Amino acid sequence: MRNPTLYDLQHPGAAGSQPADDAAAHHHPFLQHHFEDLGQQHEASTLGMWFFVAQEILFFGGIFCAYTIYRVMYPAAWSAGAHHQNWKIGLFNTIVLIGSSLTMALAVWGAQAAKRKFTTLMLVLTLLLGSAFVGVKGYEYREHIHEGLFPGSNFTYVHHEDPSLTHGIELFMVFYFTMTGLHALHMIIGAGLLIWFIKRAWRGDFGEEYYSPVEIMGLYWHFVDIVWIFLFPLLYLIH
Amino acid sequence: MAHAPDHADHVGHAPAHHRASLVAYFLVFFALMIFTVATVAASRVNLHQWNTPIALAIAVIKATIVILWFMHVIHSPRMTWIVVISSFLWLGVLFVLTLSDYLTRGWNIY
Repeated sequence: MRNPTLYDLQHPGAAGSQPADDAAAHHHPFLQHHFEDLGQQHEASTLGMWFFVAQEILFFGGIFCAYTIYRVMYPAAWSAGAHHQNWKIGLFNTIVLIGSSLTMALAVWGAQAAKRKFTTLMLVLTLLLGSAFVGVKGYEYREHIHEGLFPGSNFTYVHHEDPSLTHGIELFMVFYFTMTGLHALHMIIGAGLLIWFIKRAWRGDFGEEYYSPVEIMGLYWHFVDIVWIFLFPLLYLIH
Repeated sequence: MAHAPDHADHVGHAPAHHRASLVAYFLVFFALMIFTVATVAASRVNLHQWNTPIALAIAVIKATIVILWFMHVIHSPRMTWIVVISSFLWLGVLFVLTLSDYLTRGWNIY
């Protein structure tokens, strides 16, 4: 018994080529011809996504490392800077984001079960929760800018208790805006992808055999959630 | 004769049909909420030099939960495990080598 070749797949009734099995004659519309079956395709695509996530871990890792170095150098300024973060808003956003991870995981579950409406609903909820997160972040940014905490020529804030900390606080805010900004950028890209996925899920692209794209979307979304899991204590909760 | 590549060692030949139960996902969410509350509660108490290590430990636990269950690594082939573990290994290299330089310089302000 041999595996079907590309020729077999394209010419199921051709003379001399006996379709090896039903899969060859009626192969899944989303099976790429260079894969043997959907299982192999699924494994290859999730593994590829994990390589991307590995790269993302190192991308954010470099910034976290720089954060660590400057925090060790200016601990008092870091503590004073974190004081300008509202931990209640941070907690709210953490709950919203973990909630969106739950709905994302449920969307993958629904796609695996070929529950078209459930999957679409969960993706819509994920999009709404993600948008709420970015919206709250925008509100926080506005408050910081209003306080004169945006680094650069607009930085008008003076730390009255100890003016020598002012520049250290500015440095903290550089890290704050860089880290949360890159995180928010990932959220916005994820939201854009979600809109496309909502369309595909509603169209009924996904089912028991083919759900890899939703799974991969989930990997991305959960990774962004993990970045926030570290950002929240490191930016909001330090003394 | 068409060549038939040998996939005998291939782990996921058939579609991976493993599907976690809905209850499991809600339990994971619940656990993450508990740890979120724990991290905020721990930060409200002054534990001196222990505040940051505790906050980071909780974050690592939360991240591990997300990776294993939400990202399905627990039911993934070994190859995925290798990629996941090695990515954190490289992150470790990044931190250890960089910090072993910066934190051992005499001119540091502490």
